[in-house]
Amino acid sequence: MTIQGWSFTFVGLTFALYIGIAVWSRARSASGFYVAGRGVPAVANGMATAADWMSAASFISMAGLISFMGYDGTYYLIGWTGGYVLLALLLVPYLRRFGRYTVPEFVGDRYGSQAARVVALVCALFISFTYIAGQMRGVGIVFAQLLDVEITTGVITGMVLVFVYAVVGGMRGITYTQVAQYCVLIVAYLIPAVAISAKMTGSWIPQIGFGSTVVEGPYAGEFLLHTLDQLHDKLGFPAYTEAFTPGKESMVGVFAIALTLMVGTAGLPHVLIRFYTVKGASAARWSALWALLFIAVLYTTAPAIAAFARVNLIQTLHETPVAEAPAWFEKWQGQKLLKFDDLDGDGLIDYGADPDTNELTIDKDIMVLANPEIAKLPAWVVALVLAGGLAAALSTAAGLLMVISSSVSHDYCKSIKYPGMSERRELLVARCSAAVAVVVAGVFGIYPPGFVAEVVAYAFGLAASSFFPVLVLGVFSRRVNRQGAVAGMLVGIAFTATCIFFGVTLFGIGPKGIGMVGMLLNFAVAILVSRMTPAPEPELQAIVDQIRQPESP
Amino acid sequence: MGEVVTGASPARTTFAMARSYWRKNLRVVAILLAIWAFVGLGLGVLLVTPLNTVQIGGFKLGFWFGQQGAIFVFVALIAIYAIWMDRIEAAERRQRSDGEGDA
Repeated sequence: MTIQGWSFTFVGLTFALYIGIAVWSRARSASGFYVAGRGVPAVANGMATAADWMSAASFISMAGLISFMGYDGTYYLIGWTGGYVLLALLLVPYLRRFGRYTVPEFVGDRYGSQAARVVALVCALFISFTYIAGQMRGVGIVFAQLLDVEITTGVITGMVLVFVYAVVGGMRGITYTQVAQYCVLIVAYLIPAVAISAKMTGSWIPQIGFGSTVVEGPYAGEFLLHTLDQLHDKLGFPAYTEAFTPGKESMVGVFAIALTLMVGTAGLPHVLIRFYTVKGASAARWSALWALLFIAVLYTTAPAIAAFARVNLIQTLHETPVAEAPAWFEKWQGQKLLKFDDLDGDGLIDYGADPDTNELTIDKDIMVLANPEIAKLPAWVVALVLAGGLAAALSTAAGLLMVISSSVSHDYCKSIKYPGMSERRELLVARCSAAVAVVVAGVFGIYPPGFVAEVVAYAFGLAASSFFPVLVLGVFSRRVNRQGAVAGMLVGIAFTATCIFFGVTLFGIGPKGIGMVGMLLNFAVAILVSRMTPAPEPELQAIVDQIRQPESP
Repeated sequence: MGEVVTGASPARTTFAMARSYWRKNLRVVAILLAIWAFVGLGLGVLLVTPLNTVQIGGFKLGFWFGQQGAIFVFVALIAIYAIWMDRIEAAERRQRSDGEGDA
């Protein structure tokens, strides 16, 4: 069977599976729709969280990004995993004990303020919409590149699918589809990784192969990373494993970006609400462990793939006559993931750091998408990778839809506008707002506004500087009050958004890491303003006391 | 509406017990976060240049911490946290029901 045949088979099978699960586990009550009835086992929630968290960008682009960044890729790796430690230690057990449905609800109730609820609601919607637009675009691109259809067709197919299982299934449906999607995406990620590791280093475990010696070619017997440093040196790139050298991010920069991503991860509403679905605080802690463990499987494999792919690509293509280049070289040029321009007309592919002599431009997405072919794996593996990329994009999109729909139906309609609304009506509103959100996200996917790609990267800075401090202070301080919380959130997000918009660099920290400064400002303002205004009412302090205590058995 | 999980009732929970549980919780969190910051941002970022002079197998140590080691340590930290807090809470429940005399 051809790659395309396999692709249609795999994509069809997995889509049928997701819809089947959604119908089987569909939600019938508000609790089922928002928090899956709070009966999700810790392991299943961990898996769902991992799928929710790992987007099309993690699956398709991250390994490629790291392979161009070398050591600098560290800030993605520790930033997007270290946040789970903050999440587990500082937030999820307490939010679970508080036991409501959404994040703005915690902010509104803990600070006893509709203003705080509205600010939190707007932040949640803003972060989720920017994020989901990127996911729908990802779905469209994967479809377009590998199934040879228009991007628009791809986006619409994705929209219909997400619509079916998010709107019908609610959080229950989403949770169990995400469990299936995690399984698909991790298998799709690991098979090529293991095969390439075995081929290049003789080790079946990529994490070990990463630190082993190369088994074939001119560098046989040398350590893989040493080979990579030598190749980089030869081509004029900064050494792969060295940090803070010219041409790389400074120490302050890496520190600020890593911390911003960590704190931002802990403040993302679609990750936080997943922990409302388990049975109690203890299950929430275990669930955070499972989530990070499942994420770590991919995140420790990615840097290994990055190094393998980099060595492979340089060795295969550099100074190779175009006529002798492998078949995929032409194919991926057609998909515009590779660009070759024979500047000196010698018929050889010259690759290097100098823009005047470099003839090869490589897209970051090629590392994961083309790996199976570069490693000469069978066609069905290529198709499986495609299904994995779709699983990653769809699961994240569904989680974000949940945040959007619950923000509108629960936080806005039920808590602010119409407090007397019946459960039936609330569910209807929730489903309708999810449906509207799917359409809006799809439109963003088909007609991406130029700023979306950048905003997704900056969503972490915005989450770090708005949500995180207010949530942590809400648990760890009894003294911080509504004035402090609202002032902190507004100052934090306004400062960060302004710096990002105008591209300000402060103390060597660029827009990507500025969320760290915004977060510190948020903390400082919240604490100072609270000290100058009256302490929270006794009933609000009682909420803090309650979430600090273990549940009764 | 969502059910609100209440803590132990006021009769069972004396002020001192509540304080002691929260103190233990804070101590666990402080210790684990210190390790988190030291490994993730210390070994993985701030100390990466000196650590890179140490070579273990095919890895420079600083690079390994930044791209592999820190992630393993993060997983271990949450595991320790989950186990440790379960123990503290189990002990706490025993103590609280002993205090009631209905153990």
